[in-house]
Amino acid sequence: MKGNRDTAQGPDDPVIVVESLTAGFGETTILENVNLKVLRGEILCIVGGSGCGKSTLLKQMIGLIRPDNGRVLVGGDDIAAVDDERLNRIRRGIGVLFQSDALFGSMTLGENVALPLSGFKGISAETVQLIVRMKLGMVNLVGYENHYPAELSGGMRKRGGLARAMVLDPQILFFDEPSAGLDPINSAELETLIRGINAGLGTTMVIVSHQVDLVLRVAHRILMLDRGAKGIVAAGSPEELRNTATDPRVRNFLFRGEAAVGGR
Amino acid sequence: MTDTTSKPGYELTERDEGSALVLYLQGRITLGDADLLLARMNDAVAAGNPASVRIDLSGVSYMDGAGVLTLLRLEDSIRKKGVSFTLVRVPEEIRRVMGLIDREGLTRSPLRAEGGPVGIVEGLGSASVRISEDFAAMMAFLGDLVAAVIHLLRHPREVRWEDVFFYVRRVGAEGLPIVGLISILIGLIIAFMSSLQLKQFGASIYVASLVAVAIVRELGPIMTAILVAGRSASAFAAEIGTMRVNDEVDALVTMGFDPIRFLVVPKLIATVIVLPLLTLYADLFGILGGMIVGVAGLDLTAYTYLQESQRSISVFFLNASLVKAAVFACIIAWIGCQRGFQVRGGVEEVGAATTSAVVTATLLIVVVDSAFAVVLNYL
Ligand SMILES: Nc1ncnc2c1ncn2[C@@H]1O[C@H](COP(=O)(O)OP(=O)(O)O)[C@@H](O)[C@H]1O
Ligand SMILES: [Mg+2]
Repeated sequence: MKGNRDTAQGPDDPVIVVESLTAGFGETTILENVNLKVLRGEILCIVGGSGCGKSTLLKQMIGLIRPDNGRVLVGGDDIAAVDDERLNRIRRGIGVLFQSDALFGSMTLGENVALPLSGFKGISAETVQLIVRMKLGMVNLVGYENHYPAELSGGMRKRGGLARAMVLDPQILFFDEPSAGLDPINSAELETLIRGINAGLGTTMVIVSHQVDLVLRVAHRILMLDRGAKGIVAAGSPEELRNTATDPRVRNFLFRGEAAVGGR
Repeated sequence: MTDTTSKPGYELTERDEGSALVLYLQGRITLGDADLLLARMNDAVAAGNPASVRIDLSGVSYMDGAGVLTLLRLEDSIRKKGVSFTLVRVPEEIRRVMGLIDREGLTRSPLRAEGGPVGIVEGLGSASVRISEDFAAMMAFLGDLVAAVIHLLRHPREVRWEDVFFYVRRVGAEGLPIVGLISILIGLIIAFMSSLQLKQFGASIYVASLVAVAIVRELGPIMTAILVAGRSASAFAAEIGTMRVNDEVDALVTMGFDPIRFLVVPKLIATVIVLPLLTLYADLFGILGGMIVGVAGLDLTAYTYLQESQRSISVFFLNASLVKAAVFACIIAWIGCQRGFQVRGGVEEVGAATTSAVVTATLLIVVVDSAFAVVLNYL
């Protein structure tokens, strides 16, 4: 494929590989021997009940915390072993939308979105301004660059956080509970954006959420974590899981109220 | 910092086809190329003065958002000259990116002009301290802080100076009233208490030197430092603690910023600039307080009082007190910020962090001051 891609890798190469990852806090183990791959261009949703370690897994994948055991490979590099320069380069290829939007309250929305650009020399102020407007346009926030986060609604702040996460054209976007605290309308708007950006820019997406309806609507592939199992208990596309999953934990969580497999 | 001015990963070839100019783009075009590429293409068009411009993108292997934006900007500037503009052989991926861009939104003016209200951080609560773990964490943080300072000494342009000025105002200017008031009162009290004794021996004139020495050597630096610790160490802890709760610190890290360079060093620089100045200001007001007692209660003239004060202050001790103030400033910024970074859980921890910042900073200031007293005694 000759495409708008950053590397010469094929479309089926995984962008992230998690190998026998074990993680926890102090004495407690949260995740045990977790293996997974994130494929180029897909929307991968990691679901599970509250406290099962979804955010922990996400933070491992972006190198914010180190695994107790196992490895996280991003683009082939072990994220816990690379030097600072390489780590920064990897991070520039990653955008993260945190659960609380993580916009800086002392800066305007425009300054927030421009922040990642300040790490680059030799970019004119006009270019920065236009890039900010372009990204704000992509998340339907044209005109709001001089507003402070406190003056925006929850949904707008989330989209602002998304604009900031996207400003360096990351290859991979991470979302932690994207629809948390949003009403159905704002949530639906964010969903549309997620799908549009994935389709338009080809950005690989990893979404961590306990909101089943959102996940079933946007996911190409679902991984379900379970607190008791300390790891993945189901994997597959929404359709595959709906048609084949028999594990009661999975059925109860994802398809509560629907008939069991074969029972329709 | 990333230097994007070095060798571009793309190639630009021009070809004249009669009245048409064809620009052939090849390779990778990214953020760092945007400005230069735009200028080059504009120059090429200006030099050729064609009736139409065609941009051929078939050789482009990758183009990021900033690159696509460059094409749109070029189109605007060329169309404005009345020259026709076409993009040809546009790869599918680039076409899709263009589809996501709201072109009209690029030039629409913001809903609100620049400048507006700023939110304020708050938090109060109870303190808890675990000594040994705590000490290790404080030292580890100090190590990181020193490393960040060394890095920024080598790269002073990376310092966020606008933040430094912001905190100079916060710590300094806004601290002036309380520091002045307390200093004047302390001067009054010392002068009054000592005058009761010294008057009996007819040695009233020594009130001036007693006040001056006490204020300049000890009370000025330490009172100012404790007041600033109360105002600013707590504010630093609350600010950074709240940022941790809101994932803002994690967001900084993922965007490739070092949170210590970004958040702590400006506060450190500001405090180190401001505290010695505030100390001088406190000295002045302390002596003024003593003078009020001297002139009103002891029948000294202002002139003799000031002359006596001046005689008793040595330049050495004045300098030593400023050095002390700078050290106290480091303690305040270090502890205030470290307590903020210690916040792990929710908002309620922010309150504990602010209290702990003030208590720990004050304690350390007093301990270090005692050490200074001993050392200076032997110098
Ligand atoms: N910084 C931390 N220190 C100690 N325990 C933590 C920390 N962060 C999360 N935990 C614990 O780890 C478990 C998983 O947390 P998390 O990954 O946030 O779950 P999820 O995002 O799936 O709701 C929870 O039991 C939580 O209490
Ligand atoms: Mg979570």
